[in-house]
Amino acid sequence: MPFRFEKRLAPTPFMTVAVPVASVALALLFCAVFLALTGRHPLELYMAMAEGALGSAYGLTETTVKAIPLMLCGLGIALAFRMQLWNIGAEGQLYLGALAATWLPLTFPGLPAIVMLPAMVVLGMAAGALWALGPAYLRVKWRVNEIITTLMLNYVGILLVNYFVYGPWRDPKGFNFPLTAQFPPAALLPTFGDTRIHAGLVLALALVALFLVIFRNSRWGYEIKVIGASERAARYAGMDIKRNMFLVMALSGAICGLAGMAEVSGIAGRLQPGLSPGYGYTAIIVAWLARLNPVAIVLVAGLFGVLQVGGYIVQTHGVPASVAAMIQGAILFFVIGGEMFTGYRLVFTGRKGAAATDE
Amino acid sequence: MSEQSIVISIFAAAVTAGTPILYAALGELITERAGILNLGVEGIMLVGAVSGFIAAVASGSCWWGLLAAMAAGGAVAFIHGLLTITLRANQVVSGLALTLFGTGLSGYLGKSYIGMPVPQAFKVEPLGPLAHIPFVGPVLFQHDVLVYASYLLVPAMAFFVYRTRPGLILRAVGENPAAADALGYKVFTLRHLYVVAGGMLCGVGGAYLSLAYAPSWLENMTAGRGWIAVALVIFALWNPWRALVGSYLFGGVDALGFNLQVLGVAVPTFFLSMMPYLFTILVLTLLMAKSGGRVVPPGALGLPYDREDR
Repeated sequence: MPFRFEKRLAPTPFMTVAVPVASVALALLFCAVFLALTGRHPLELYMAMAEGALGSAYGLTETTVKAIPLMLCGLGIALAFRMQLWNIGAEGQLYLGALAATWLPLTFPGLPAIVMLPAMVVLGMAAGALWALGPAYLRVKWRVNEIITTLMLNYVGILLVNYFVYGPWRDPKGFNFPLTAQFPPAALLPTFGDTRIHAGLVLALALVALFLVIFRNSRWGYEIKVIGASERAARYAGMDIKRNMFLVMALSGAICGLAGMAEVSGIAGRLQPGLSPGYGYTAIIVAWLARLNPVAIVLVAGLFGVLQVGGYIVQTHGVPASVAAMIQGAILFFVIGGEMFTGYRLVFTGRKGAAATDE
Repeated sequence: MSEQSIVISIFAAAVTAGTPILYAALGELITERAGILNLGVEGIMLVGAVSGFIAAVASGSCWWGLLAAMAAGGAVAFIHGLLTITLRANQVVSGLALTLFGTGLSGYLGKSYIGMPVPQAFKVEPLGPLAHIPFVGPVLFQHDVLVYASYLLVPAMAFFVYRTRPGLILRAVGENPAAADALGYKVFTLRHLYVVAGGMLCGVGGAYLSLAYAPSWLENMTAGRGWIAVALVIFALWNPWRALVGSYLFGGVDALGFNLQVLGVAVPTFFLSMMPYLFTILVLTLLMAKSGGRVVPPGALGLPYDREDR
């Protein structure tokens, strides 16, 4: 049937909530059809994922544990995306943060926690920032596409970590496994009770609050928004675009680096390959699905934590864990496809060429 | 091995390692010429690689594999087209979604095929008398059919883009869709067409990895080649010939790293593996620095076309 899209004057509040929710539901439906076609029982699978991630205290803590790096990287990514700076390098920045943070307890294992942990945070953030500043410099200086440079550095960062854990930092007492030595207790982030949920959660929530203030109430947050909307307008208004690019990329990378620090210090207690199952990439979906809104990032990171844990759970049913990544990608498809319907309305025009008949 | 034979083997390896990147780059090139940025190349290649492999295992023929890879590549690229052309979604985000989706999908589909042998791979078939030309023969004409096909594809695409009427219309659609629309060309249909065609070529690039280069299926076996192809299209200034040169350059870096490893150079393998990625950054930076940041992409690249905004 012939149709066209008609712009809405303003998206209705109902639609801004209903469309993303409907999009997620449709994405799950789409994947269900696909799963059924490849000979699985989608409903059973979804139930198993939800049950595994939410049905027990263990599942809930695991979901939270997975949501922490997604929150942190999602916040970092959202900051850059708000300025239309496409930092796709969260994964590499996370690895670099983990690498730098690991250096301290391996070199000075005797430091007290009060020195060790803050210093590890600083090191992790600095390394993440540095990993993002290279692409920022190339972008500012010669307009080199930051999507490609940040992405390439993901591969380099992961290889760098592998070099250290397979080479100079490999634990001599580790039976030749590619692992560093276990951190001393002073280098471990405190956890809540005897769960695996670590203080990274507190850091992430503090950042959410900080970002709310920056985005809503600060001049800087406003500048970022203007530059993102129109560089030209920002330039006419006298905003320093280059300085903001450096600042935003550095902070974005630093937060992703913090995510890496939290992973080694809060979860593993050592550096190892395969530290992240692609948190830096999944966080891109989280940030976009949350419409770059800090509070929404917390909620979406929770949802994606469920998917992540659910993915591991269904492996016991003989289903590859990558089913989670597939569902996440599909969700992003439907969400960006659905965005059209918040800003526009679909109008069926009857016969081709006939004028719109409504109103 | 004599010095000469090492050089020949590195050059020949540059061609085989460059071929999957070349197919993907040509696919992205024709997509971008139509004004659509598709950052999903990495995902499309993975989907192509896995569907090609599965079809080859099921049918016993690598040709069915190739066909399946093209169909699958075109199909997932069509999702990107639907989102960015019809629904005018953000092209960067949609492309990223495609890469993530393709990575997950290929991992899901390919799980039980890891480590499985392929019944029939694309085999090296020396090209008659050409294969015996000193140096040139072993470097260029002792490969498989897909390499030879790419030799034909590059001039064909260059001719199409620069010398034919449909090629002119393609460029118009990418440079100024409003003008092309006003002249009565079906901008939306053409963009869809080139996005799908580009996806099919990326699918071939993926199938080359799983059916000729490896030949086997491994999760994430593209290892960033799709992204290198995206970078290469910029480096190529949207010209197929330059894409050919660039692909072999990258193939050469890849092959060099591998050969240095074999020769036992005292550099850890991790650093040798970093070379293609660092080289990509270096090459792009040199290009941008030399041109003073004024590399001119197709005029409407990345912008959704909306008749109401005309």
